[in-house]
Amino acid sequence: MIDIHPDLRAGIRDSVPFYLGIVPFAMITGIAAIEAGLSPVQAVVMSVIVFAGASQIAAFELLSNSAPLLVVIGTAVVVNLRMLMYSASIAPHFTRYSRRVRAALAHLLVDQVYAMSIAEFSRDDSRDRLRYYAGLGLASWVVWSVGTAAGVLVGTGVPPELELSFAIPLVFIALLVPSLKDPPTIVAAIVSGAGALLAAGVPFNLGLFVGTVSGIAIGLAVEAWGNR
Amino acid sequence: MSLSAGAGGYGSAAIWFVIVVLALATYAIRLSFIYLFGRLESVPEVVERVLRLVPAAVLAALAIPAIVTIEPSLSATVLDERIAAGTVAVVVAWRTENVFATIASGIGTLWLLRVVVV
Repeated sequence: MIDIHPDLRAGIRDSVPFYLGIVPFAMITGIAAIEAGLSPVQAVVMSVIVFAGASQIAAFELLSNSAPLLVVIGTAVVVNLRMLMYSASIAPHFTRYSRRVRAALAHLLVDQVYAMSIAEFSRDDSRDRLRYYAGLGLASWVVWSVGTAAGVLVGTGVPPELELSFAIPLVFIALLVPSLKDPPTIVAAIVSGAGALLAAGVPFNLGLFVGTVSGIAIGLAVEAWGNR
Repeated sequence: MSLSAGAGGYGSAAIWFVIVVLALATYAIRLSFIYLFGRLESVPEVVERVLRLVPAAVLAALAIPAIVTIEPSLSATVLDERIAAGTVAVVVAWRTENVFATIASGIGTLWLLRVVVV
């Protein structure tokens, strides 16, 4: 048995609950890639180097509709803009690391890895930032890539009737509830969730942005009012 | 490398172009603040106040639209099985703070309601 650092092991272990949702999603992505005209190699390479499911699916959608290439790329990039917020939010935890390490960590910044890491860092201050995040991120990256390959090879996904995709929002719920610590965070979450729901029709997945920004704004106001 | 066009009528090179440019742009977005904050001596206080609220706001914005769907009527919206399952999961998350218990209770409730309420 290889001796694995406990924080790295904890990161790998904490990525497991997501597989219930990631694996079906990765397989669907692989299937959709082939249907959109990608070769099997292109489908898997895309999952490895883009590593952003929602934007990959958005790109396939547009490729299938023969959209201009710049529209395909532009739309898919906008879908990933939420990662700007993740980058800003997690950056203070990584300032102590070298430029090369930070450059490597950045690629692993996806919804689940961000959410789980930030929850763990606020829960346990002694947790090694680099090892925990790397364990979480690398495990998720491998599962995402292998899951895509499985979809490409098998050509069928997990039956949608099982609703395993519902596991992903449930993990976010599990992380959200303990993060509600005081009136500002509670108000920010309520406003943000309601805003994202109302803005769900906004194109390019920007509802998440609209919701989050309004939630933070109102949360800051509540905080200022409490400190007056 | 084949040069035959796929479903959308693009050649192989065009698809590689999309994949590589999307990968580079997405990486730039991910690296942005991680790179910037690594160069700053300290993060301004106002930025810290904003960042403290990001996790709760982002998690709610990710979770709520995936659980709640706005139906034509209020009763149909509130009586959706996903909301019931999500509510059970919130209670379990609050009581246990355990990810597996939250998933199991939420999906379990959803399956139960799908079987019972046909």
